[in-house]
Amino acid sequence: MTTTNAISTLCIECEGDVLLAGDVEQHEIVVCPDCGVDLEVISLQPLQIDVAPMEEEDWGE
Amino acid sequence: MPKPRLGVLYSRLRVEEKWIFADLEARGLDYERLDDRTAVFDLDDPGPWQRFDAVLIRSISYARGLYAARLLNGWGVPTLNPATVAEVCGDKLASASAFQRAGVPQLRTLAAFTVESALEAIEALGYPVVLKPVVGSWGRLLAKVNDREAAEALLEHKATLGSYQHSIFCVQEYVEKPGRDIRAFVSNGETVCAIYRGADHWITNTARGGSSTVCPVTPELDTLCRAAAAAVGGGVLGVDLIEHPERGLLVNEVNHTLEFHTARPTTGVDIPGLVVDELLRLAGQEAAL
Repeated sequence: MTTTNAISTLCIECEGDVLLAGDVEQHEIVVCPDCGVDLEVISLQPLQIDVAPMEEEDWGE
Repeated sequence: MPKPRLGVLYSRLRVEEKWIFADLEARGLDYERLDDRTAVFDLDDPGPWQRFDAVLIRSISYARGLYAARLLNGWGVPTLNPATVAEVCGDKLASASAFQRAGVPQLRTLAAFTVESALEAIEALGYPVVLKPVVGSWGRLLAKVNDREAAEALLEHKATLGSYQHSIFCVQEYVEKPGRDIRAFVSNGETVCAIYRGADHWITNTARGGSSTVCPVTPELDTLCRAAAAAVGGGVLGVDLIEHPERGLLVNEVNHTLEFHTARPTTGVDIPGLVVDELLRLAGQEAAL
């Protein structure tokens, strides 16, 4: 799905194209459509993404 | 009346946090996003935290959220939910004990501290049983134990491979569910909505991809959810219930850091708005509701 003003970047794991919604927020998690890894938007200005932290034993509700 | 200063401690910007932030912004409230990965609590300098009238705890990690709430509450900063509630909700045996004290109907639960005594507890309940970690969520590390051989292996693995917490054995009766369980939401002492969480697997949890439909809030469900919420200390809570074929509704657990990405669209109830309402109440700002 594309969004107006979508931002394109590369997955740092597989270098696949990742399209971020125009209203993406800092710390939002996006999934790489190519390799499926969870990516975190570290910062918006400048745009920086990183692999999101892995699930830990005490995560949840 | 001056606007309250609100904080939201979080780890990940999930859809729930986005909805909460959107609600705070739509109301023009003064709030700060606090990333728990970078947060520092200086025990000799509570000032930076005491400027908040209330803090919403949205940490994805139980331990981080619990310790943050303990520190903040110790400094007189109210949190949603408070540390005392998180302590009970986050620990399956503490919750079971609270339900028992309050007379809330629940699953048969036995606790044991050694492999041998846990095996005894399992055999006393009768197979199949469920072994669950005292701390954990999203259906993680739940084990349905069908026979003695499986019990022996699982208990040995837990005692050998797990942290000390995995040797606090929580044994529960296994209930043949009708392919679903119930998640109800309680806010300010009211059961605001509920959903059925369906799954083909014996573990029914939307975090594991189960389906979701509206569950009517009957007087029976409402009474039970209020009682379960009160038993753990109240707040904004998610009550999980199981429909037992003979004993009717039983409370399974109460969750204190709600996920509602499925319940909100399913029920149409503005759960993030209710969370913000509660945060404002906690900050002494009923007038701003």
